Amino acid sequence: ELKEEFTRILTANNPHAPQNIVRYSFKERAYKPISYVDQMAIHFSLNGNMILKDSDEGRRQSIRLSIAAEKAPIETSAVTSEEAEIKDEESTGDTQAAGEEEAEELGTAEVAEAAEAEEPPPPRVKEQKLANQFNFIERASRTLNNPMRERACQSEPTPCKNFSATANQWEIYDAYVEELQKMERSKEKDKPKAQIAKREEEKKKGRKLTSLESQSDDITKISKAAKIMERMVNQNTFDDIAQDFKYFEDASDEYRDQQGTLLPLWKFQYDKTKRLAVTAISWNPKYKDLFAVGYGSYDFMKQGQGMLLLYTMKNPSFPEYVFSSESGIMCLDFHKDHPYLVAVGFYDGNVAIYNLKKATSQPSYKSGAKSGKHTEPVWQVKWQKDDMDNNLNFFSVSSDGRIVSWTLVKNELVHTDVIKLSVEGTTMQGPEGLQLQTLGCGTSFDFHKKIDYLFLVGTEEGKIYKCSKCYSSQFLDVFEAHHMAVDSVSWNPYHLKVFISCSSDWTVKIWDHTIKTPMFIYDLNSAVADVAWSPYSSTVFAAVTTDGKAHVFDLSINKYEALCTQLVVAKKKNKITHIQFNPVYPVVIIGDERGHVTSLKLSPNLRRMPKEKKGQEVKKGPEVEIAKLDKLLNLVREPDSKT
Amino acid sequence: AEVEETLKRIQAHKGVIATIVINAEGIPIRTTLDNSSTVQYAGLLHQLTMKARSTVRDIDPQNDLTFLRIRSKKHEIMVAPDKEYLLIVIQNPCE
Repeated sequence: ELKEEFTRILTANNPHAPQNIVRYSFKERAYKPISYVDQMAIHFSLNGNMILKDSDEGRRQSIRLSIAAEKAPIETSAVTSEEAEIKDEESTGDTQAAGEEEAEELGTAEVAEAAEAEEPPPPRVKEQKLANQFNFIERASRTLNNPMRERACQSEPTPCKNFSATANQWEIYDAYVEELQKMERSKEKDKPKAQIAKREEEKKKGRKLTSLESQSDDITKISKAAKIMERMVNQNTFDDIAQDFKYFEDASDEYRDQQGTLLPLWKFQYDKTKRLAVTAISWNPKYKDLFAVGYGSYDFMKQGQGMLLLYTMKNPSFPEYVFSSESGIMCLDFHKDHPYLVAVGFYDGNVAIYNLKKATSQPSYKSGAKSGKHTEPVWQVKWQKDDMDNNLNFFSVSSDGRIVSWTLVKNELVHTDVIKLSVEGTTMQGPEGLQLQTLGCGTSFDFHKKIDYLFLVGTEEGKIYKCSKCYSSQFLDVFEAHHMAVDSVSWNPYHLKVFISCSSDWTVKIWDHTIKTPMFIYDLNSAVADVAWSPYSSTVFAAVTTDGKAHVFDLSINKYEALCTQLVVAKKKNKITHIQFNPVYPVVIIGDERGHVTSLKLSPNLRRMPKEKKGQEVKKGPEVEIAKLDKLLNLVREPDSKT
Repeated sequence: AEVEETLKRIQAHKGVIATIVINAEGIPIRTTLDNSSTVQYAGLLHQLTMKARSTVRDIDPQNDLTFLRIRSKKHEIMVAPDKEYLLIVIQNPCE
């Protein structure tokens, strides 16, 4: 047992030093063991007051001492200061730590005594030092200043709005009118509730519309202003014509010895109708400056589409309404009571009614093959008075020999054959013993102004039939009028018995319907395309011939010759097709084959009213006109009756 | 639209120098003239039209202005007022 060897290892490690110090590392945010622990163990330490001789403080003290030594050379003191540091860096040996400590304590006690002994001499030296070596430190303190904070509160500003207006007479008026309208609307609301739902819907629609409209600067709102402007611009451009129309009266008529002239005014044309011929013209009964022109083609071989244009004299450069159709238009007529309805007859035998109030360019009602359209071109249509059921109806005449009455029943055109123009003496024996009747071809007709059922029909054979609506198979009378087709028949607007007819056989004839032979015959050296009575006088009428001339006659002035024969359109390549008098203004419009419509003003000689004898009143009115014509007719008739 | 056609026709008409459309506040919407002239015309004519309309209506509140024409030495200015718009056309009437 005693021989057991104990091994003791002597290390330089400090046994008291902890072996695993852990420090918190803020960088890694974790406790980390310190790799090296300080192994130094200080057994004793004492702060001494030895100053290095060569340092500043040492030098200063030595100087002072030398001064003090001069003053009191007696006292000499060896200022020695000992520093005692006992370091025990290496502790080797078998001694225990406690034994070492004891030795340390002893050592420190000795040194402490030595140190105390040396303390008294330094204070003496200190007395000779300069006064107030202490550093003056001022230490002030203040109370904490509270930070100032502003806390304010403001109420919302009342909304301000600038409003300015002028109180004019009309502003006041407008306000009243609005008020009135509001009241009316509220009255309507009081009405039965069934209507309320409807109106709500309307309002909703209205609101939707307004929201849409307000989004875009809708330029369509300016349509009315644009229309007026266009007319004004045109008026400016055609200023001289407008002045002529209104004010110009040809003064040279006085020297012209009853002859008159036609002053050309505006010319209406539209590029889409350049290739079409004017086939019908009619003035609107309500608006005296509006007229309708139908376009088509008289040429059998060249049939194209047709157009219906409505022009106004206020705007000569562009039509107001444009309608197009597949087949050429041959005739048209305005309804007297409904001036927005136009009846139209086509080349393909159909008839249609256009409604100007509607925006579409298609007819409102149209006949078809099923509904009994004509098999030949329709040459004339005329509105009649509303029938007993208050349905609109009109008549049409066509080359297929039928005169058909069309009635608008519940948006459908219903046809009724009124008369078939049977040519006398032409019944043929067909196969199987059938009686075939060839029909004459009607080319024009006109209804009597006063006697409702009486009407005249002109045919291609040159005959004029006097018919009645009541008799569907027989004519009241037949006039052997012309040698060629009768282009136009027309009752005199004043005289109840007189009518006029014109034909391609170069003649214009005036008839009394009770007498078989014509009263007046005029040969115009060229096929007469159209003839029209003037609305202001019973003795004035105008005829147009295909050589481009217009002839105006006044029977009360000159029974045998025209008062005015004027070339209206270029002779070559162009033929006049129709003429119409304006019911109010002294203007005639003439249509030609090139699609142009020319307006002309009648000179005063052509419009002459009978001169009243001095002292007598000027009689006006239709009776005067009738009397005038009667007088003329009597002159003509008497020689006839004699023979 | 049809209105566009009409305006184009007016512009293409003989003697027409310019066409301007102004809205109710006097701001030009459509113009065929250069900007500065348009603004000038718009402002001045708007005021004049208001004054003219005020005059007409003051005399008879049931009446209203339909058209205004100013003929000057060089050309003619035509103004067609509408409810919300003003149409101005400057034309040289005689050539």
